[in-house]
Amino acid sequence: MSDAEHEPRLLDSGEAALVVEFGSTVDPDISDRVLALDDALGADPPEGLRERVPTYRSLMLHYDPLVLDRETLVARVRTLAAQTSARAGTATLWTLPCCYDAPHGEDIGQVAERTGLSPDAVVATHAGATYRVYMYGFAPGFAYLGGLPKTLAVPRRASPRPPHPRNAVVIGGGLAAVATVPMPTGWYVIGATPARLYAPERDESFFVGAGDLIRFEPVDAATFAALDAREAAGERVARREEVRR
Amino acid sequence: MTALVVEAAGPGLTLQDGGRHGYLRYGITAAGPMDPLMHATANRAVGNPLDATAIEVSTGGLTVTAERGAVGIAMVSRSFRIALDGAALPDAVAVTLEPGQTLTVRAGASGAWGYLAVRGRIDVAPVLGSTATHTRSGLGGLNGRGLAAGDRLPVAEARPGEVSPHRLIAPWLDRDPKEIRVVLGPQDDYFAPDQIAAFLAGPWTVSPRGDRMACFLDGTPLKHAKGHDIVSDGVAMGAIQVPGNGLPIILMADRQSTGGYPKIATVIGPDLGRLAQAQGGTLLSFRSVTVAEAVAARRAERDTLREPVPREPVVRTDLASDFLLGLNLVDGVTDGRA
Repeated sequence: MSDAEHEPRLLDSGEAALVVEFGSTVDPDISDRVLALDDALGADPPEGLRERVPTYRSLMLHYDPLVLDRETLVARVRTLAAQTSARAGTATLWTLPCCYDAPHGEDIGQVAERTGLSPDAVVATHAGATYRVYMYGFAPGFAYLGGLPKTLAVPRRASPRPPHPRNAVVIGGGLAAVATVPMPTGWYVIGATPARLYAPERDESFFVGAGDLIRFEPVDAATFAALDAREAAGERVARREEVRR
Repeated sequence: MTALVVEAAGPGLTLQDGGRHGYLRYGITAAGPMDPLMHATANRAVGNPLDATAIEVSTGGLTVTAERGAVGIAMVSRSFRIALDGAALPDAVAVTLEPGQTLTVRAGASGAWGYLAVRGRIDVAPVLGSTATHTRSGLGGLNGRGLAAGDRLPVAEARPGEVSPHRLIAPWLDRDPKEIRVVLGPQDDYFAPDQIAAFLAGPWTVSPRGDRMACFLDGTPLKHAKGHDIVSDGVAMGAIQVPGNGLPIILMADRQSTGGYPKIATVIGPDLGRLAQAQGGTLLSFRSVTVAEAVAARRAERDTLREPVPREPVVRTDLASDFLLGLNLVDGVTDGRA
């Protein structure tokens, strides 16, 4: 029996957070169960539930224990986890423009060396895949993506490289990510997207949710600059469609 | 508009409300006060909502003046040295800053954080629903950064408070940092029973290199039974992670939303401030409690702040001796409590 078929473990993180753990690995089936419970609780949140934080393999629930007691929350979680094993219906697929050319894809040469692929093949492989947003974490709007083709699986650097610009498209450790905020990183920067997954100045500061799907569409540097200007003016350049799961 | 003008600012001086809640799922840290109980007490003392915006003062201190109008304030700390135009005040005090008057706050023998709350509203724009400053991501407060000399903080609906200084009587803030209560987990199963016992017993020394993100502990390293890497999961404020070197790190207000080290235990909400106030070099140990015990402590804490914060006029003998010497007399007022 796989991890994903067990009852979730319920672990306390203090008196105001409950971890619902579906497994201990990065696995789409486990992620499905995490996100299904997240959806179910989000559709009808009990009073006193303050935050839901989906991760690869668990859902952390922050709650006010003076409003929502642990037993009530646990009972609700157990009922919903038993009823919902996977997300049903459609998924949201976002197509994000991505410029892999200089100066954006500055680490493509290093990825090519480490994978034995040509730089063009690195781009074609990355842009040919469909990714799933597993979770956010680490920094505002930093989206961890699963679905990176195995041929691009390079370990993260032993020590961080200098800070990348915002909205960098990065790979490392067998995962892909969009790194919204400039920072030093152990990941490899292979491109940049003009789409702003994190824009605190906008009413809708985030538009991609955990569980959504992402594809990257190669654009040249001139197109990137034009799209970036449109985003700066408040437009959204990511394309959205609903697809069957 | 009436304003507070920052004349001098130490490092680590920020605006904090009750925290930025609802965005952890997008990687946005809650931030908020390091000592939630003291922050709430300062707000309670000026009649504000408990989660209103206040100035969090680190051991780096603060000098502030009022401009254009009088502002009633509460400055709450433990052992910080507070003075109004050079005259010493109690370490927790309600007073009115008249235009041109200067309040100074300096570190004292104990405590790491103090809070200055105002009668009225510190008028800065919320970001993602909160004014809490998270300097690492540049969110909230004044342009996402710590306060600096020259900053001007508009105070909306400013009003004066006590005509003469009043000592705030808040015995619930007299918290001994030596023993911190925790709930074990969520990854206590990554440690053998003898290592859990060693973790609780300590003693651990609070490292001076802590900040709003984390409190680092020095002591005998703990051993992991199942390695020190886990697939990232959520991180609550107070979570105690044990990285590869075996020395616990307690994740505080500015922590990241998720993390990849096993968390042996979590500090209970009512003891977060007790821990945050421990200066570098403090020795501490942990005591394991149940969730029910932690909730009871949280309820007791909430009930503490139901009533107004008691206060009494500052009498002269409360003032520093240099002030009394400056007057060159002791005019017969005695400490009525003695």
